[in-house]
Amino acid sequence: MDQLIQHLVNTLILGGTYALLGIGLTLIFGIMNVVNFTHGALYTVGAYLMYLAVAALGLNFFLALPVAILGGLLFGAAIEVLLLRPFRGSDIDTTMLVMIGAGIALQSGTLWIFGGVAKAIPSPFPEVPLQVGPVSVSWLRLFVLGAALGLIGLTYALINRTKLGLAMRAAFQDSDTAALMGVNVRLIYTATFALGSSLAAAAGALLGPVYVVFPQMGGLAELKAFAIVILGGLGNVTGAAIGGFILALAEELGAGYVSSGYRDAMGFLIIIAVLLYKPTGLFAKAERIG
Amino acid sequence: MSRLLPLALLGALVALPLALGANPYLLNALIVTGIVTIGAMSLNLLLGFTGQLSLGHIAFFGIGAYVSALTSLGFDVEIGFGLRVVHEPWPAAVGFVLATLAAGACGYLIGRLSFRVRGAYFVIVTISFAEVVRLVALNWVELTQGPLALTNIPAITLGLPGIGAWTLKTKLQNYYLVLAIGTLCYLVIARLVGSRFGRAMRGLKENESLALSVGINATRTLTVAAVVSAAMAGAAGSLYAHYLRIIDPDVFAFTTTVSMVIMVVAGGKGTLMGPVIGGLIFGLLPVALRPVMAPEAQWIVYGVVLILILFVMPRGIVPGVSALLARRRPVRAVPVLEASPVVQR
Repeated sequence: MDQLIQHLVNTLILGGTYALLGIGLTLIFGIMNVVNFTHGALYTVGAYLMYLAVAALGLNFFLALPVAILGGLLFGAAIEVLLLRPFRGSDIDTTMLVMIGAGIALQSGTLWIFGGVAKAIPSPFPEVPLQVGPVSVSWLRLFVLGAALGLIGLTYALINRTKLGLAMRAAFQDSDTAALMGVNVRLIYTATFALGSSLAAAAGALLGPVYVVFPQMGGLAELKAFAIVILGGLGNVTGAAIGGFILALAEELGAGYVSSGYRDAMGFLIIIAVLLYKPTGLFAKAERIG
Repeated sequence: MSRLLPLALLGALVALPLALGANPYLLNALIVTGIVTIGAMSLNLLLGFTGQLSLGHIAFFGIGAYVSALTSLGFDVEIGFGLRVVHEPWPAAVGFVLATLAAGACGYLIGRLSFRVRGAYFVIVTISFAEVVRLVALNWVELTQGPLALTNIPAITLGLPGIGAWTLKTKLQNYYLVLAIGTLCYLVIARLVGSRFGRAMRGLKENESLALSVGINATRTLTVAAVVSAAMAGAAGSLYAHYLRIIDPDVFAFTTTVSMVIMVVAGGKGTLMGPVIGGLIFGLLPVALRPVMAPEAQWIVYGVVLILILFVMPRGIVPGVSALLARRRPVRAVPVLEASPVVQR
């Protein structure tokens, strides 16, 4: 029983960052119809920016986090303007190939710059974990959960409460009509991609200090994000948020009670189950994008 | 492009070892390039002719490699409930056949599963499948030796009763084996694409609703293409295992799939010669770049090249060059409309 409670606590903490990853990917897919194969690389970029800011520049941990997120935002905006804008109107396969090229170049770039040795990001939290009854949680992980939930809340507020969010929802429903109503769709696309990228970078910057940072870390994160997005329904933000927690739960229970070696296979099992029983995703009926 | 090009290229490839002499480094590069090119040709059958991108194509390749290696090495594993499966070594040629069949069967399962829905699902299912197969190869140590690798994989022995048998141990023998299998795959794909089935595939790619309305069974057609494609990738994997004679879970590296994608897209997807030309260029490019660049830097270049090709020559080298050549020729009757997509050689 104690073990189960510990697994559930771990699920919450892992699920928060998974939800961030999934929301970023599903926003980009839903609004732009782009399968973003740079998502994992941007997750890695976020983690390395955090490492650079904290370990190399000596910046305060809590200041470094927004720096990394902002870096992800700028990276995403640059990718959109340089690589996706020229291919607007091409089919989904062409943009997917462009993103694969960009993703592999980014990942190899981090490997080239930082080398293959994993780096640790020092955190300001006490080493001694918080002990509540039988459950122990490190302070760092609690902070990660809080920050992830805060960012998810901010994203929701952005989509549902701001003019930009309204324009994004309009572009999602029908980009041509939105353009006729005076929405600058080009700008919305750039904003969407930058927002999605910053969420991926945030997930990397948050999980980087928990684990270690290495150039290939994004590959697995990307696969997990795909599983979350399929689970929640392509383009469904709420579905992705819930899907993140479901995947984390499946991984925790799978690793705890079945085999830790196959932890990362859970996402694939979820994809298979969804395709067999509910191909449109679990939350297809829910309101999409906010 | 002229019909003579494939024959000319084949002739050149047959004669090439004579020109190279006994340069083992170049011969090795050519053999590995040939094997990956077979993988690229099989990927093109899906990506080029049906428009479905298998981004976990390396899974079928790796499954072929492992099935072939395990068939010819033998194994003894416990499958639970105290049951053991013991397999005595079989000839490597049998492993090759089983590898092709096993990879094809995986292609069937993946196809049936993911072609229920259109869109990005096939891409995501294949890439995740590749990761899971890699995890199995890494973690099922009793069967696969995990990261310790399967070693001493026997070379393929070809033999006919009454004539004798050859064990293909030298690089030169392997070169011609790969060339022969590659040519066979090329002919199978050419035949398939030119058939009624090939027209069904291209019909689905061009306009699915229209294709469905004339009675083409979309799921079945796509699944058959996936089976043939996966089986060929498995055959390539088997060649790889018996040539290198050692394999470990790194055989499932995502970058190999990306290489194949670049070969297909650069060469010209949906053309028969495209993956071959792209395969030769990008298979041998590392040989040329090796003295000047670290492998990580090469991968940056590959990513950039993939994007540049999509910018400059979105249809690929083979259609691009043949369009250029066609423009130079004296004026002939020019079709008013872009004709229905014809297979280019």
